[in-house]
This record gives sequence, structure tokens and C-alpha cells, in this order.
Amino acid sequence: MIDLNQVTKTYVTGTVEFTALKEIDLQVNKGELVAVVGPSGSGKSTLMNIIGCLDVPTLGEYRLEGRSVTSLTHNQLADIRNKKIGFVFQAFNLLPYATAYENIEVPLLFAKVVGRKRRERVTDVLARVGLADKANNKPTELSGGEMQRVAIARALANEPEIILADEPTGNLDTKSGEEIIEMFAELWKSGITVIIISHNVSVAKRAQRIVKLKDGLIESNGNRL
Amino acid sequence: MRLSITYNVFVRDFRKQKKRITLTVLALGWGTVSIMLLLGFGEGLHRQMTINSKGLGEGIAIMWGGQTSIPYKGMGKGRRIHLFADDVLYLKERIPEIKEIGGQYDRWGMKLKYGDNLVSEHICGVPPNYEQMRNLIPERGGRMINDLDVKLRRRVAFLGNDLKERLFGDEDAVGKHVLMNNMPFTVVGVMKEKLQNSSYHGPDEDVFFIPPTTFVAIFGDPYLDNIVYQLHDPNDNEIVERKISEAMGGKYKFDPDDDRALSVWDTVAGSREFDNIMFGITIFMAIIGGLTLLIAGVGVANIMYVSIKERTREIGIKMAVGARRSYILIQFLLEALLITFFGGAGGMAVSYVLTEGFKRVPIESDVLNFLGRPTLSFEIGLIVVVILSVMGILSGLFPAMKAASVNPVESLRYE
Repeated sequence: MIDLNQVTKTYVTGTVEFTALKEIDLQVNKGELVAVVGPSGSGKSTLMNIIGCLDVPTLGEYRLEGRSVTSLTHNQLADIRNKKIGFVFQAFNLLPYATAYENIEVPLLFAKVVGRKRRERVTDVLARVGLADKANNKPTELSGGEMQRVAIARALANEPEIILADEPTGNLDTKSGEEIIEMFAELWKSGITVIIISHNVSVAKRAQRIVKLKDGLIESNGNRL
Repeated sequence: MRLSITYNVFVRDFRKQKKRITLTVLALGWGTVSIMLLLGFGEGLHRQMTINSKGLGEGIAIMWGGQTSIPYKGMGKGRRIHLFADDVLYLKERIPEIKEIGGQYDRWGMKLKYGDNLVSEHICGVPPNYEQMRNLIPERGGRMINDLDVKLRRRVAFLGNDLKERLFGDEDAVGKHVLMNNMPFTVVGVMKEKLQNSSYHGPDEDVFFIPPTTFVAIFGDPYLDNIVYQLHDPNDNEIVERKISEAMGGKYKFDPDDDRALSVWDTVAGSREFDNIMFGITIFMAIIGGLTLLIAGVGVANIMYVSIKERTREIGIKMAVGARRSYILIQFLLEALLITFFGGAGGMAVSYVLTEGFKRVPIESDVLNFLGRPTLSFEIGLIVVVILSVMGILSGLFPAMKAASVNPVESLRYE
């Protein structure tokens, strides 16, 4: 379902050019659980951003479900991010002034889901991440683990086919991290394609495939580190 | 987009930024108040000047005899042209555009005496239609000189209100006798106080008006000092002036093109000129006020830019979960427009309260009689609304466009 073909991403800052990804070839099938590992600066996040349609490749082609993403308009990319892909970040990226409920509502608002259906979806995903009782709490009133669970609930709101997580346990203690990983594993079991950037051992244990990046190149792509 | 979504996406965010928004709204309100008050002062001045100019009479022209400057039909230049009593009827019959016309005689420095009070004042012989043409309105209990007074050459007088004060004080004047050069005159009326900011023979409040026939019988003046006329349609003023030159030129043998033979003070043309000056003043005030408002507009844009900078991450988050660029654009544009709307509406309300309040303050002063009091009008409201809307859109559009064009990856990384 995800098909990257000779994808190169170059950032230009002033006169300095930096190539984060160098002619990457990567395929991810529907229903896979893939872990992406690699030292910092190896291009993991850039890869995620491209898969998540937050960014487009400088060269090469990215096909999502057979459709080339490179030529899509801003609005089409926004709609893909809204409906097909759920993002989970290391820094949670919740709106600080909005409650858990309101945060989860945001993608539904952009998807024009209205009325009872929207309320049901929000309550449903909140229950799914076990935070039904924290609906009216703001991020500052939640623990790190809880914040990440709200972020996961938000990612699930529009029932996406793909969940992308960029070091989701990086800001969490071991115990909360384990819980979050467990949650991703369950999502994967329910049929969602999950790609996680993580060095967490239990992620590596559960992943069907581990993609190891180094200096913008795929160093290894197999089922073990 | 549905209204509920608009509310949820935009208004909810808007509510969270209270302090920043309050300050901007205040700045805008301040700007709005200053432009409204400046325009209001201009409007008040205009209205007061218009009222004051009506003290002389509405849409009248005053004509004097002059001296020819062009030789005509064998007669040399420098000949005096006088206005005679029969010219009034002569012109009225020939020029249908004239609604009212009348001639007057003047004499200054006449002794007026009532009891122990003695003053030296201006005597003026005027026909009854001066009541309407020159706004010589009698106070209750009195009347203006009438046709019978003229016909019978009665020794009656209509007093300017200030002259009445000086002769009679608080005493009732109507029916009393005033001695003019030792000739008794019966006071038939006193002029109602009026504001008069222009005159051609001194302020009416100091004049002793008597019937023209009586005037001639006493002083024996052969010709009129001037003729005053009023038109059905004030816009005909130039045509009528021409017709008068032709008619009088025919009668007194002077070239109708000789602009020195008669001189006319046309208050219609004057008030048109005055309107132009006022228009200029209004524009000037609007520019000053507009600049003040512009500063507030720059403030809105500035605060929008700061807000967008501060909320870069928020924009990134929204984009990551599927916000289209247009949503971001509309959000910030709407925010700027709402700030402008509340600031503008608040400023307009404050200006209204201030001007209405000022109107009710009971101060009597010559300054206020001259300058008037700030007055708001529908036009002022409309001008300010248009300026505010344009400014709101402009000050919101550019920051909003910047916000909508951010790269989601970079804005998510923004701290």
C-alpha cells in the first residue's frame, strides 16, 4: 500500500544543501507493523513526513494505494492526512488550550463530521484509549502517558488505515512507554498498518520488519536488527 | 463550511486569546473614536455655519449700484448707476425666476431715545417681505412692518433684539414710542434672536427697521441703497444675474457685459464655495482620523503576525491532522475581522455616547455658537465602516496568507 521509489529529499538552507534521504526504495504492505530505527540525523523523521504526506519528495516517486502523491495539490494532501493517516508525535503535539475531547474533535471538524456522529466518535476513541473520564481535562492536567493516549485517540478519530508514530515513547517513562507500545500493537492487530520510529526493545520484538536507516540510506530491511 | 464548524474551529480558538485581543480591540476603538470625533467636529461646524449663514437669509443675493467701466452708446465710462424704488417692480415683472425682491434705504448715526436711554444707530427702510427673505422674524407679541404701514407711511418701527435690549432693557417694547431724531415711532415688533455670521450692512440685531415710504418721507433719499432678491430655484443664480444686467442695462443704458455697473453679492455661490471648503476640511479630518486608524490597523496586522508566530506549532498540528490551507487562512482572517469589528463597533458606540453627551451639556458660549457641537451622521458612520472593513481585511489577509503558507513539517518543529 505504501510504495517509495528512489525517493530523495534535499533541504536547502541558504546556500547549504542537505540530503536527508538518498534514493530510498521501501514498500510497506497493508496490515504490517514496521519499526524504523537509526541514529539521529539518519533521515527517520524525514521518511515519516514523506510517508505521512506532510512533505513531498524532492526526487523519486511515492505511491500511496497506487496513487502518486508527488503530483497532488495541497488540499488533496490535507485530505489524505485527515482521513487516511493518523500521526502520533514524540512531543504529543496537542493544542494546549483545548481539552482532551476538543483535541480529538479537531480532525473530525476538518472532516466535516457533525452532530451526534462526531460526539460518538470522540467518546468511542476516548474509551478505546482508556481516557473516558479525562475528556474535559486540558493537556496540562494530564500525565505524559495520558497525553500520548489522547494523541493516539486523535490519530484514530477518522478511522485511518495507517498510523505513523515518530518516537512515541521518547518523552515517556518506561512503564507508560510500554503501555503505549501495547496500544500500537493492539491497533495493528485490529488491521491498521502501523509504522513506528522507535528504539524500544518491545517494539523491535513485535515488529514484523525493522528498517534501519543510516545517513539517508537504508542499511538493512529485515525482520531482525 | 457549516456554521457550527466555523464556530468550533475558529471561535473556540478565539476565546482563548482574551488579553491580546482585548488590547487590540482597545487600540482600534481608540482609532475609531478619533476619526469619528474629528469627522463629527467637521460635521458640527458645517451644520452650525449653515445655520449661522441663514441668519442673513436663505439663498439671497444683494445688489448695489456701481459705476460703468465700458463706454456704451456714446456715453463715456465712469457713470454712476443708481437703484431706484421702481426698479424692484421692473425686475420682478421681467424675471419670473425671482420669488421675492425688495429694496432698502440705509442711514447711520441716527439718535434713538427712549426714556433716559439714548443711542446712535442704523436706520433701515425695508419692505415687509424682508421678514421672509432676511429672516427678520418677530418675537411673540409683535409683528414685522406690513403693507399697510408702507401704504400709509406709518411711523412704526421693528427693532433688532440687541437694540431693544439697549433701549428698553427687560421692559416690553411693543406699543411703546421711541424718538428718532425727536420724531416718535411706535414699536410694532422686536426681532427674534438669531445667529448671523455674515452681513452687508451690520448685524440685524442693532437695526431700527422702518417702512421704506416713511424713510423717504423723512429723509428724502432719491435712490435705494441696495436691492435684495431671492429665487424660486437657487441654482438659477447665474442666469438671473445675467438677466438683471440685461434688463437694467436696457433701462439705464449700460453694457450688460459691464460687471462694474452693478455689483451683486450672491450668497448662493458663496455657500456653494463654503460647501467646497467644508468638503475639503472634512477630507482633511478624514485623512487625519484615517491615519490614526491606520496605526491601529498596523497594530492589528502586527498582532496577527505575532499571534501567527506564537501559534506556528498550532498551525502545524492542525495541518498535520488534515486542515486545508484555506481553513488556516479563514481562521486568521476571521480573527482579524472580528477584532476590527468589535473595536470599530465599540469605538462607534463610544463616539455616539460622547457626541450625544456633549450636545446635552448646557454651555452657552460664543465659541460653540460659532463652531457648533460635534455631530455624527449616517455618512460619517458609513465612511468609518468602509475604512474599518478595508483595514480589517487588509490587516488580516497578509498575516493569514503567511499563516496558510507555512510548511507543516517546519512549523511542527517550531518551538
